[in-house]
Amino acid sequence: MIFQPTRRGLGKLAVAALMLGASPMALLAETPADTLVIADAIDDIVSLDPAEAYEFSGLDVNNNTYDGLVELDPTSGQMVPGLAESWSVAEDGMTYTFKMKAGITFGSGNPLTADDAAFSLQRAIKLNKTPSFILSQFGWTPENVDTMVTASGDTLTIKTDKAYAPTFLYNCLTSGVASIVDKADVMANEVAGDMGYEYLKNHSAGTGPYILKSFKPNEGYILEARTGHWRGDAKIPKIFMQHVPEAATQRLMLEKGDIDVARELTPTDIEGLSGNADVKMQQDVGGQVFYLAFNQKNENYKNPKLLDAMRWAIDYQGMVDTFLKGTEVVHQNFLPKGYLGALDDNPYSLDIEKAKALVAESGIANPTVTLSVRNASDRMDMAQSIQNTFGQAGIKVELKVGEGAEQLEEYRGRLHDATLQSWGPDYPDPHTNASTFAQNPDNSDEAKATGYLAWRNAYDPGELTAQTQAAVEEMDPAKRIEMYAQIQKQIRETSPFILMFQISYQTGMRGNVGNFFTGGSTDSAAYWLVTK
Amino acid sequence: MTSDRMTSTVRQIGGTALTLLVTFIGLLAVTFIISRVVPIDPVSSILGDRASAAQIAEARERLGLDQPMWQQFWIYVTQALQGDLGLSVRTREPVAAEIARYFPATLELATLATILGVVVGVPAGVLAATKPGSLYDQIVRLIGLMGYSMPVFWLGLIGLLVFYGQLGWVSGPGRLDASFQMMFEFEVTPLTGMILVDTALAGRWDMFANAFSHIILPASLLGYISMAYISRMTRSFMMNELGQEYITTARVKGMPERRVVWVHAMRNVMVPLITVVALSYASLLEGAVLTETIFAWPGLGSYITDALLVADMPAVLGGTVVVGAVFIGLNMLSDLLYRLVDPRAL
Repeated sequence: MIFQPTRRGLGKLAVAALMLGASPMALLAETPADTLVIADAIDDIVSLDPAEAYEFSGLDVNNNTYDGLVELDPTSGQMVPGLAESWSVAEDGMTYTFKMKAGITFGSGNPLTADDAAFSLQRAIKLNKTPSFILSQFGWTPENVDTMVTASGDTLTIKTDKAYAPTFLYNCLTSGVASIVDKADVMANEVAGDMGYEYLKNHSAGTGPYILKSFKPNEGYILEARTGHWRGDAKIPKIFMQHVPEAATQRLMLEKGDIDVARELTPTDIEGLSGNADVKMQQDVGGQVFYLAFNQKNENYKNPKLLDAMRWAIDYQGMVDTFLKGTEVVHQNFLPKGYLGALDDNPYSLDIEKAKALVAESGIANPTVTLSVRNASDRMDMAQSIQNTFGQAGIKVELKVGEGAEQLEEYRGRLHDATLQSWGPDYPDPHTNASTFAQNPDNSDEAKATGYLAWRNAYDPGELTAQTQAAVEEMDPAKRIEMYAQIQKQIRETSPFILMFQISYQTGMRGNVGNFFTGGSTDSAAYWLVTK
Repeated sequence: MTSDRMTSTVRQIGGTALTLLVTFIGLLAVTFIISRVVPIDPVSSILGDRASAAQIAEARERLGLDQPMWQQFWIYVTQALQGDLGLSVRTREPVAAEIARYFPATLELATLATILGVVVGVPAGVLAATKPGSLYDQIVRLIGLMGYSMPVFWLGLIGLLVFYGQLGWVSGPGRLDASFQMMFEFEVTPLTGMILVDTALAGRWDMFANAFSHIILPASLLGYISMAYISRMTRSFMMNELGQEYITTARVKGMPERRVVWVHAMRNVMVPLITVVALSYASLLEGAVLTETIFAWPGLGSYITDALLVADMPAVLGGTVVVGAVFIGLNMLSDLLYRLVDPRAL
């Protein structure tokens, strides 16, 4: 027989190829009734050890597997007792006493004691990983922490190196690094004196409502609920987190019902989902703020009129209404909404005529700004809008586009002229942002105080440095709030920072999912309240 | 084979191996230097904005960044040759262990894609070559051209939308459904890291079926692109062979056309085709970043890209070394295969 290709033969080949692509086993899967399936980009997880976890996704896990002495209520954001039943501060303002709740157990079954709490805080300081600075602010060092944090019976005693605002300590204790770990379990898995560091990277040892059953980086994790949790059992027995980095993919999976919750949707996806009755959207502000910063090594940026002109030459609301489409809200203060003392008034809006007049009053002829911006679509859109409106006001903007890490190096080295940046708070207390925007104890190049945004911009905030320190040491909570209001106003009106936006998270979920709390600007996601 | 020819073969293979070793070290050197001259400090980009000077100094020392560059390179090469690719700056896990976790997902996907590419691409190319200019030829060329020119990102999304979203023929992104994934975690021992293989070895055919319904779409997509290349090259090689005098002779002697094409011509087409398939396979084994992203596939491409974005240079270097080793390995394998299919190569 002579091999002779025919149209029918080719057709058969095409059908065969198609059949290969169409598995007969394909299932129209729905999520299991006892499992909440979430899609998110979780490639930021470095470790799940509370002493090291410092990224959004890792903190989400730990918020559900560990508890702290003091907690934030996910429904209201208010501070509530966690593993500590009550607490008090001595007259000197330097000694705190926490009485532990009785009858609480860890996932291992071991009972919780004050000794576990002391061990956990000591361990975080001794391991000295990145988030340890949240606790070392209280004068704790690897050498002295065993005497600064002690346990006796059901009481934990914490000492600080000087008197701070009690709310400062309590707020810091709500952060992930202050989570309480099961000392017996951790030490049973210690390797070469690492205090269970390797073990806790991918195991949980907390009192939280869930236990970590499996974690695969860049793939996902599985949490399983405990029974008899002190806060009441979780409503959904299992959490399955699937790492899905692409937003369009998440959207498709949500529409198909293969996931219950999608946490990385873009404005385009949200718009596309708007007509879908099976899906609903939830909006929550997060902690990240977007701002412009001008390096005062350039003398022009010390001119208050020019700075004021630029504040009036930004189309804040226009950006939110067009390309940002709800992923940001206008916010012109360095404390994010949700933080103690955060101002939420936004006095500036686009006013080209006013900006032009202020440029003229500044006496600077043809001002030019070189704006460093990270090569990401939302930031590029913001930068181009600013370039346009600044241009209308007579301020020429040249964009310098680069990768994030490269731009961070430039910023930390004070080598930029102006930059478009974002800042996420490190812990849920106003001092986290106040200290970086409004404090700069030594403005010299030699100080290399890269942790202070004020230093990075060669900005000497003058008396604000002392005022910010006073605020963190203020014992009267009401007075403390007033102090932060004043500091925010001054930064807003006189500093080389122009705060523009606060991030807003859009969570897509199936219609039957309820009580999904993302943690807002101060906390992480709480899965134990979710229903479906 | 005479002992002379044997010696010559051994010498040739030895020469190739030496060349490949030099290539490998050259690759290491270039990647290493690039990783050290990029204007990003891996330490500060990993430790974040609030790291203290002591934490930064400790990390620099731990990573050996305080030593002269030639010394860093020497340490790296000697360790790499022993299979130690260092620790990831970001996760502080051994890079070799991390790659061992990501590579099987890529290997599984790339292998299936290449099988699809060869199974469809070679016959399609041969078909087109036997009737140049015909309708079949035009169709094969058009399909090939589409595979070449359409962005993989777009193809992937459209594929998902049609076959998963609309038709429901295949499962969605990821390697298993949520329920199967949870069963897989606790009921199957991951011997190879390739879910199809592991579930088959465990006799869990329900999971195998689910895994297959997940992998088939990304594998078909990559297989299509691979097929476009393979069919085009097969067509070209085959047309060249069919114009040779020995083919005319065979036809004049009355040999059936099928035998002329599939035995006589194909044998000579095989030699360059092995290189084409090997290169295509190797490029898929690098990890297809965009496909992996769309299909939430935890493979090597995503691993290297993520590492690059946070300036985790040991991970980037490790990934590059593995990719380099894959290319070199496949090159050697094709060299050996030439000798099998073409005695003149001996």
